Amino acid sequence: MKFNSQEFLIHTIATLIQPSNTIAVGVLSPIPGSAALLSQQLSKQTKKKVFILGSSNPKFKTNHGVEIFDLAGQGRIDSFFLSGGQIDGIANINLTGIGPYPKQHTRWSGAFGSAYLYFLIPQVILFREKHNREVLVESVDFISAPGSSPKDTYRTGGPTHLVTNLCVFDFNREEKQFYLRSIHPKHSLEEVLDNTGFNFRYSPNPAITRGPSDAVLEILRTEVSEEISEIYPEFAKKIWS
Amino acid sequence: MIKETSYELAKEIPSGSKIAIFKDSSVPMTLGLNMIKSGITDLEIVTVPTGGLLVDLLIGSGCVTSVETSGVSLGEAGPAPCFTEAIKNGSITIKDSTCPAIYAGLQASEKGNPFMPLRGLLGSDILTHRNDIKEIDNPFLPKEKIVCLPTIKPDFAIFHAPLADRDGNIYVGIRQELRLLAHASANTLVTVEEVTNLNLLSDPKLAPGTIPAFYIGGVAVAKGGAKPLNLPHHYDSDFQQIARYAKLAKSEEGISEWITQNLIENNDAN
Repeated sequence: MKFNSQEFLIHTIATLIQPSNTIAVGVLSPIPGSAALLSQQLSKQTKKKVFILGSSNPKFKTNHGVEIFDLAGQGRIDSFFLSGGQIDGIANINLTGIGPYPKQHTRWSGAFGSAYLYFLIPQVILFREKHNREVLVESVDFISAPGSSPKDTYRTGGPTHLVTNLCVFDFNREEKQFYLRSIHPKHSLEEVLDNTGFNFRYSPNPAITRGPSDAVLEILRTEVSEEISEIYPEFAKKIWS
Repeated sequence: MIKETSYELAKEIPSGSKIAIFKDSSVPMTLGLNMIKSGITDLEIVTVPTGGLLVDLLIGSGCVTSVETSGVSLGEAGPAPCFTEAIKNGSITIKDSTCPAIYAGLQASEKGNPFMPLRGLLGSDILTHRNDIKEIDNPFLPKEKIVCLPTIKPDFAIFHAPLADRDGNIYVGIRQELRLLAHASANTLVTVEEVTNLNLLSDPKLAPGTIPAFYIGGVAVAKGGAKPLNLPHHYDSDFQQIARYAKLAKSEEGISEWITQNLIENNDAN
């Protein structure tokens, strides 16, 4: 079956979080949210837990919003997703804005929970659909949350991957460096190099990211689309109507 | 305790107050519109932990001098136009935070503590620009750094809830953050869908989801008081109306038009 780019990305992320038992999803995250739901559907027998902030479906709720931070603080969440207006080569993320602070000429919403959850959730997947030199920069203008920390900082979590519309990177925390893991079909290494503002490691013949199977697409278009449309009706309408 | 109108309740809040607003599902839109109508100014807003339509509207109406927040946006309807513009032109003071830090500051107030320690934040530029957040050695493990957040004590918490009783007890159900808001704030003003003659604390099913009147300074009925935002089990968000706001809020005339229309609709419902 044919699939659209969002379905491809949902599947790509779902593959990365497949080993996790507990997945939390923050606000403004329809693609990661769909990926978490897909991953849950694909491993029904393991009773994977998914928490989605903003959902009113009892399946995805905790008692209240502050709990997600308490759970993360205790180490009870395995995977989470963050994005950035800017993301740099050492995985610092900027959700705040560009220009001299505080009167920034470009101002985004704000850090949300990133300045906490990035430190405490073992697998944080960075996700940004738009892969270009404005987003993937050598060094962010404002560190909303740092990609790594010195030894005197309590840190049990951090970035593991970066997924974009072009490719998937692994992040090596020891070396503080991204490695190109795979390139999406119809895109090239040259295109990735041209559009990335930071240095990263790669092999001259990178792997190609695998797309979803027909069986996975079927689940995505039925169970997952129904569940995500409760939280992101406009997104679901756009992708699956 | 029970006021005749939301406008009367809005007038209880003096200009210059520090106000806590919860992020979603309980946003007191009717009350907020009436605060704007009352001519309130110089508000210090604390978003718990993030903000949306109401915060943006209050900023766009010139009611706000500072915002302490983890983020302000209109969700699927995009960036918050007045918030973004006010930061660019420096007309409000921004105190950038992160979600659990706002909760922790309120929890400190709830306990009457001077501060709350919290992990995270170290090495972020949020910390660099917040002189009121301190970095100390963990007294129990001196090789570890940890941040200390100052207490956040709002003058008022304001929210919209499904139900109150004649004594001023407020049913919030699963929205336990609203309990934190009420505990942490000096005063709490609430609009509700309806008022019941039964005492909520005497009902074993409702009592666990009820905030006692002890914390509540005033209540008014505002049917549809969270509209165009949602109130779970009552009504959904009206995306068209929020998207319309996002467009209109780019000009002062547009905001006035939106306020006038919604003020009439929300107040007429009661």
